Amino acid sequence: MRLEARPALVVKDVHKSYGTLKVLKGISLEAAKGDVVSIIGSSGSGKSTFLRCINFLEIPDQGSFHINGEDVEFRTGRDGKSHPSNPRQIERLRSGLGMVFQSFNLWPHMTILQNVIEAPVHVLKVERKAAIEKAEALLAKVGLYEKRESYPAFLSGGQQQRASIARALCVDPAVMLFDEPTSALDPELVGEVLKVIRSLAEEGRTMIMVTHEMKFARDVSTRVMFLHQGQVEEVGPPSQVFGAPTSARCKEFIAAGSH
Amino acid sequence: MDFSWIIPYRELLLNGALLTCMLLVISVVLGFAIAIFLAIAQVGNNPVLRVAAKSYCTFFRGTPLLIQLWLIYYGLGSYLPYIPGLKGSFLWPLMREGLFFAAVALTLNFAAYQGEILRGTLLAVPKGELEAALAVGMRPSMVLRRIWLPRAIRIGLPTFAGEVILQLKATPIVFSVTVMDLYGAAYKIRQDTLLVYEPLILVAAFYVALTFLITQVFQRLENAVPARR
Repeated sequence: MRLEARPALVVKDVHKSYGTLKVLKGISLEAAKGDVVSIIGSSGSGKSTFLRCINFLEIPDQGSFHINGEDVEFRTGRDGKSHPSNPRQIERLRSGLGMVFQSFNLWPHMTILQNVIEAPVHVLKVERKAAIEKAEALLAKVGLYEKRESYPAFLSGGQQQRASIARALCVDPAVMLFDEPTSALDPELVGEVLKVIRSLAEEGRTMIMVTHEMKFARDVSTRVMFLHQGQVEEVGPPSQVFGAPTSARCKEFIAAGSH
Repeated sequence: MDFSWIIPYRELLLNGALLTCMLLVISVVLGFAIAIFLAIAQVGNNPVLRVAAKSYCTFFRGTPLLIQLWLIYYGLGSYLPYIPGLKGSFLWPLMREGLFFAAVALTLNFAAYQGEILRGTLLAVPKGELEAALAVGMRPSMVLRRIWLPRAIRIGLPTFAGEVILQLKATPIVFSVTVMDLYGAAYKIRQDTLLVYEPLILVAAFYVALTFLITQVFQRLENAVPARR
């Protein structure tokens, strides 16, 4: 029980600016094992940037990160901003975080199976045979076992996104990060991807998800965070954020999205 | 049309054809290897390497191959004997041959063009694919080796085919530094037999055939990863 309560991810006071534009103005997030946190907000609110700071695809200017039992070490660079001091640590942490992108970002020169085993074999140095076995099981789970020898270009958007979920799962991530996983899909393909994400939530995976699918966020999240202009405007269980938001802006946003 | 000379001159022709193929293969393979470094240096963060690679490509793309060849053959060639230790080394017999300087010039020239093309295709790889590689924990060198470079090379394949064909047709220039390539053989046959056209026609047919072969090889490479058009 004690172990269960220990947070998989603690991120505190994240700041990020591009030039004079302040995108993140001190965002904090804590996720316990099994939490599903949805981040919502209008475009430009900083939700994708925040998600990308968690696996350091964007380097935050400031903030403290405790991920997967490790504190991320920072040093102050010549520009006066803080940078992660150990690239190897960042790489190690990233391989424990499964990222799913809006635009899938499968590697087009590899088959679906090769895409999925790439990280286990080359980053985690898992034995190839074991990696293939696991990858095939994951592909079966997302309904793409028959497509394992195909190249990404021959798959639909929904299939590509399911493949990229399998790719992210194949490193046994402690936390899954979803960056608007359905925003680039044709409407009729959204359902099949959400179904896969829902099944992951149901098996108790820790997930952080930036999304515009309000109904879905309400259904699967344990917590919802509403961002506005780089700050947390509202955070709480979905019943509160969607049902009885205290912030006026959040109320407005929910109302605009519900019809 | 008189092609009766083919039999008596078969050895000269065959050796010439082999030399042409050898120069092509050597300059393309070595030139490509150098081009990878030139391209990476140009898109990399190190300003010294970037300027060096850029200058190299500008110089070799900005001067005629003939002048490069002569600069290397007459210029570099005449200084080599003064480099201590070189004259006694096992490389020396090789370095006295025009063939050596021809291979060097063709390689350096090909590397410059190829380096510039690869620079462009490296930049053409979608950033998201590289982010996906970083996101699974790859270190930058692995991203380059596993994703960035293979993708850039595939994007550039149709252009590379054209470059190799151009390179094939640049090779006869080596005859100007005494290398008896296929064109050199044809030249000698014309001198001996006083035939004007026939040797040239044979040589032209050979270049066409080789071009066809190169096209086929690249077609196969391109088909290795099926793409939907």
